[in-house]
Amino acid sequence: MTNVCYRTLQFDEPWTLEAYESVGGYQVLRRIMQEKTPCDQIINELKEASLRGRGGAGFPTGVKWSFMTSASQGAKYVVCNADESEPGTCKDRDILRYNPHQLIEGMIIAGYAMGCTSGYIYIRGEFTEPFARVETALQQAKAAGLVGSNILESGFDFQLETAIGAGAYICGEETALLNSLEGKKGFPRFKPPFPANVGLYGRPTTVNNVETLASVPVILEKGAKWFLELGKPNNGGTKIFSVTGHVNKPGNYEVPLGIPFKELLELAGGVRNGNKLKAVIPGGSSMPVLPAEIIMETDMDYDSLMKAGSMLGTAAVIVMDETTCMVKALECISKFYMEESCGQCTPCREGTGWLHRVIHRIENGQGKPEDLDNLVRVAKNIEGRTICALGEAAAWPVGAFMKHFRDEFAYHIQHKKCLVG
Amino acid sequence: MAETELYKLTETMCGEIDQWIAKFPPERKQSALLASLHIVQKETGWLSTAQLNAVADYLGLAYVTVYEVATFYSMYDLQPVGRHKVHLCNNISCMLNGSEKLSEHVKAKLGVEFGATTTDGKFTLKHAECLAACAGAPAAQIDGVHYENLTPEKIDKILDNLD
Amino acid sequence: MIELEIDGKKVEAEPGNMIIQVADAMGVYIPRFCYHKKLSIAANCRMCLVEVEKIGKPVPACATPISQGMRVFTKSEKALAAQRAVMEFLLINHPLDCPICDQGGECELQDLALGYGDDLSRYTEGKRAVDDENLGSLIATDMTRCIHCTRCVRFGTEVAGMRELGTVWRGEHMEIKTFVGKSLTSEVSGNIIDLCPVGALTSKPYRYTARAWELQQRYTIAPHDCLGSHLNVHVRRNEVMRVVPRESEAINETWLSDRDRFSYTGLKSEDRLNQPMIKQSGHWQSVSWEVALEYMLEALKKVIAVQGPEQAAGIISPSATLEESYLFQRLLRGLGCPNIDHRLRQIDFADQDSMPLYPGLKVKIADLEQQRAVLIIGANVRQEQPLLALRLRKANLKGAQIFCINPIDYQVNFNLNQKLICHPTLLPEMLAGIIKAILVKQAIEAPTTIAEQLKSIQVTEQQQAIAEALSVNQPSTILLGAIAQQHPQAATLRSLASLLAELTGASVNLLTEGANTAGAWLAGAVPHRGAVGLTQDKLGQTIAELFAEPRKAYVLFNVEPAQDCANPKQVTKALQQADLVVALTPYNTPYLQQHADVLLPIAHHAETSGTYVNAEGEWQSFAAVVSAPEQVKPGWKVLRVLGNLADLADFNYTASTEIRDELQGMLANHSLKVAKQVQPRINLAYTKHPLTRITEWPMYRVDGLVRRALPLQQAASHDSVGIRINSKMIEQLQLAAGGLATVEQAGESVTLPVILDERIPQGCALIAGGFAETEVLAESFGAITIHV
Repeated sequence: MTNVCYRTLQFDEPWTLEAYESVGGYQVLRRIMQEKTPCDQIINELKEASLRGRGGAGFPTGVKWSFMTSASQGAKYVVCNADESEPGTCKDRDILRYNPHQLIEGMIIAGYAMGCTSGYIYIRGEFTEPFARVETALQQAKAAGLVGSNILESGFDFQLETAIGAGAYICGEETALLNSLEGKKGFPRFKPPFPANVGLYGRPTTVNNVETLASVPVILEKGAKWFLELGKPNNGGTKIFSVTGHVNKPGNYEVPLGIPFKELLELAGGVRNGNKLKAVIPGGSSMPVLPAEIIMETDMDYDSLMKAGSMLGTAAVIVMDETTCMVKALECISKFYMEESCGQCTPCREGTGWLHRVIHRIENGQGKPEDLDNLVRVAKNIEGRTICALGEAAAWPVGAFMKHFRDEFAYHIQHKKCLVG
Repeated sequence: MAETELYKLTETMCGEIDQWIAKFPPERKQSALLASLHIVQKETGWLSTAQLNAVADYLGLAYVTVYEVATFYSMYDLQPVGRHKVHLCNNISCMLNGSEKLSEHVKAKLGVEFGATTTDGKFTLKHAECLAACAGAPAAQIDGVHYENLTPEKIDKILDNLD
Repeated sequence: MIELEIDGKKVEAEPGNMIIQVADAMGVYIPRFCYHKKLSIAANCRMCLVEVEKIGKPVPACATPISQGMRVFTKSEKALAAQRAVMEFLLINHPLDCPICDQGGECELQDLALGYGDDLSRYTEGKRAVDDENLGSLIATDMTRCIHCTRCVRFGTEVAGMRELGTVWRGEHMEIKTFVGKSLTSEVSGNIIDLCPVGALTSKPYRYTARAWELQQRYTIAPHDCLGSHLNVHVRRNEVMRVVPRESEAINETWLSDRDRFSYTGLKSEDRLNQPMIKQSGHWQSVSWEVALEYMLEALKKVIAVQGPEQAAGIISPSATLEESYLFQRLLRGLGCPNIDHRLRQIDFADQDSMPLYPGLKVKIADLEQQRAVLIIGANVRQEQPLLALRLRKANLKGAQIFCINPIDYQVNFNLNQKLICHPTLLPEMLAGIIKAILVKQAIEAPTTIAEQLKSIQVTEQQQAIAEALSVNQPSTILLGAIAQQHPQAATLRSLASLLAELTGASVNLLTEGANTAGAWLAGAVPHRGAVGLTQDKLGQTIAELFAEPRKAYVLFNVEPAQDCANPKQVTKALQQADLVVALTPYNTPYLQQHADVLLPIAHHAETSGTYVNAEGEWQSFAAVVSAPEQVKPGWKVLRVLGNLADLADFNYTASTEIRDELQGMLANHSLKVAKQVQPRINLAYTKHPLTRITEWPMYRVDGLVRRALPLQQAASHDSVGIRINSKMIEQLQLAAGGLATVEQAGESVTLPVILDERIPQGCALIAGGFAETEVLAESFGAITIHV
């Protein structure tokens, strides 16, 4: 394994400033502050490294940062999205817990490169331990003159603070996060305008995922080429895969992008009890499920998964073996999106509940033959018509489960019971 | 009437809230709202209307703005709760790893359904949405602490050790 | 300009417009629920999804800015599919029981469901039910019908400036509510009834009384404040069923105050006077109009002939129409009596000769939004002129600085940069301090009229800030409200305001009482000037003098003397000793029965044609929306007949419009030259009582009609009667909040509840006028004592 974000894991107390500095931590920041590296140079480096957003959407980070440079005078913000809550995903929590300083260094560099005055690390409310680790690290960094006014005597000022959520998946959506950071309900905002123009407090803002920001110091230390070549063209670097579900060794695996699924499965100890693989959701529960025969032939990167009919998403790989009831699995997923719909816009507020209730009925032996077409239709009616992507997140699983496992749903309806177990 | 039911924030609460207010631009006190509600909720485990109003007054917000926020986020309890909050995750990774059985076990052990508080006022049992502990499924959060790789035996021990 | 194409039609529009705005302007209808042109864009209902060439997903027309060369398709297959899908989602949890819904027949959801909905629902799961909250006496809720468009929430937050309703909980559990079951207290709350596209929020007084298709819509002008909002009155079989706004960008935009919307509920009061009546030897009897009018005229002529014309007085409501006011003064002057006044609640008339043609606004109502600094003096703006307060809020949101000098710390729906709250007797001094600040700063010598008086005044930082803001931020405005004009030193306040205006470049604007103060002045319903300001040979006396020195005959036009006038005790005493009291009135009250001799039933404003001139000088004519009941006649007709009976020349009007046209003709041929105020009447001296009464007329007590509108009396925005006093004073006077106490004023006493009200300054108690409970008390800012 090549550790980028998990560089300090080998230590007993990997979260300390000493641990981080012992692997070269804050050296890149020191160099930038000393050399006054041009912002463009940093952004170009990220573009060349082909670093893509690790939060789910995969948008090229360097390009995102470049939207900020032309922005006007006054306050500009960089915000770290540490609201990790897509089911199956648990990678950021470990960065926050075990390597908070690398995130902080990434934030400061981001702030510098985009000309930001302040930054916030928005951490989900349930993350008691990660919040404490980040807060402690931040105080250490402040005490060491790495954050705040006149960083390392460079004349560059950058205020960085933690902020906290209170239990809402939707706040992982960047504009909902900004509203939450403003002390409001986590209602996503309609775009345009995008945060780079109108973000936190109406000011230009960039929101990046924890893993994305934590990758930055290493890329700038070892160079764009090194990072890019770890992965594949257009899919640079390593990626942390949270492999969960029916595997023998569930866990976070930081490996090069493009690793064949087969290999990743082996790293995770293979399917539990030597069972047969049935299906995999490769990018968190909102991404389309792929049956074993497809995923076993697929490489784990943005482009390959797209070609296979799914997406890399958060790289949360949910493995399901032959004993899994797909109706039950979809019921579980659809319930989550119903519970977490913010309620703001019609298709999602009304549609997520509709989907879940139909699936719940089928699971409980009360399905009707027309439910199958209706599920597909309702999912399609939500998709693309909502303010934010939660509509898609609720619709895609339904579409994919129906595409690959429709027979199992039909069996459930006809026999009022499971095909498996 | 809510207004007549007065509640005063303690000095400690105000001190903590002030620290949060200081993190944000001076005219953006509302940014400290989520944290303020967490701070006040520590007192009894839940938030009364009088407490919500007190926070609204302290931050200079309309009451209904605070009600909106307090009802939107799942971590705020607006009804009395037990001394310990037990949140079990039933999302996909946990479900695949036996969270349902674990839930049945805890429900039977405590003698309550999800959303309810034990008659002795000790436990409130709730669902948690994904806790980002999927590699340690099934997971739970009890009084703000994550517990992973749970089995009925393990959770028995944890619950039994709480006062 | 941007060129784009909507449904194949080319159109040009300003950049920054949204697709829906351009489509609306060109008459292309795009379905919508959450979008409203006066509210922020929410884009949450998704009903307005349209197809735009080269964009994959359908986009919301309300939130998508136009761009050059854009091609929009509002009815393409893709657009319609999206719209139909959204309609299906909206309907799955909406009750499909339109026949029993109060909104049925005028429901935006029902209308659009006809076009975009399916005949059969494919939704077979259970429907959501939502608990209702009691929002008070004006608005009924049926929240299961709510489609979460949030128009009502946005109205409160953005327009009314009061966040009372919010969206609580989330997802499919999201509800619109106050959360604590509170009645709404906004004085413009009724607008959410119009905004609600479904039957979730409906009018409580109107509920289940009629169906939209049974109603005829008629147009009139609102009768309670000086804006003259445009109304559509919905009538069924000669009965007013409800009132809604008629859009008028210059005046009320799309809004109405609750007072204008719900006062119609007072139309059918039980004490309506339906027949002319005369009192003979202490007994009332109904008589014919002929008998009544002849009886009245003979008696009045007799007083004038025997006692002299100065012994008669005519008092008319400031909400009487222009035509009524004009004929009223013509009749009395024709009979030789110049004592005519409409300034019911005013005390100080020292500057009446230097008043303009009519008092009012120098700035157009709509232009108030463009002001950059505003000083409010003696005004409870939200209660007096609710929609004008909304304009100030808009100005404020655009950056205007707003200041106030008030005896009560009134809650406003905008931010006050500075507020000077003081004992009412200190209002003139407070204002003079601002003037001094400017004089000192600009090193200008003080006018001789004021120089000496300014010497002892200490200028505060607040006063300096206000002076600075009014001078620097142009345009700037000074607004004088009811309290300033009813103040014992009203003339001083007006003179100081004029001086301040001269020094700063601000305009002076008076928020006048009733619906037609401007019209009353134009019509000559003042003692010192005739119609259109013509000078008079015989000058009459002011209302204050007419009651202070009792006369032998009083003619009252739509006035409830003890509840409408400044000094009820004095008024009652004067009426008691008079030989003749004639009341032209819609009501037969015990008070009038006791004090009057002739009662002539006149029509409400809804039952008459006429004209109101609003404070900005707009002449707004209207026709009757219903006919008057039984023997009741429009006031102008009664006055015309009286003129005929009195053989007055040129009194043969056949329509109210002739009267209006006559006045307009006179105005065109005459221009009033008011001598520039040579000597501003400034007198800062005052007597401070140990305990001073502050009197204001609460929003729903300003005239007979609103006083009879029960839902308004029960509204949470209504201030109930009592002794309003601060906690320190309660302690000092050893009273108990919530208990009873006795107020004594000028030898009269009444016992009222004590209401804790921290807005009231030390040394004062607010005891409102306009209530039967306080109609024995005396002058508005007089001395009182209070004890348990």
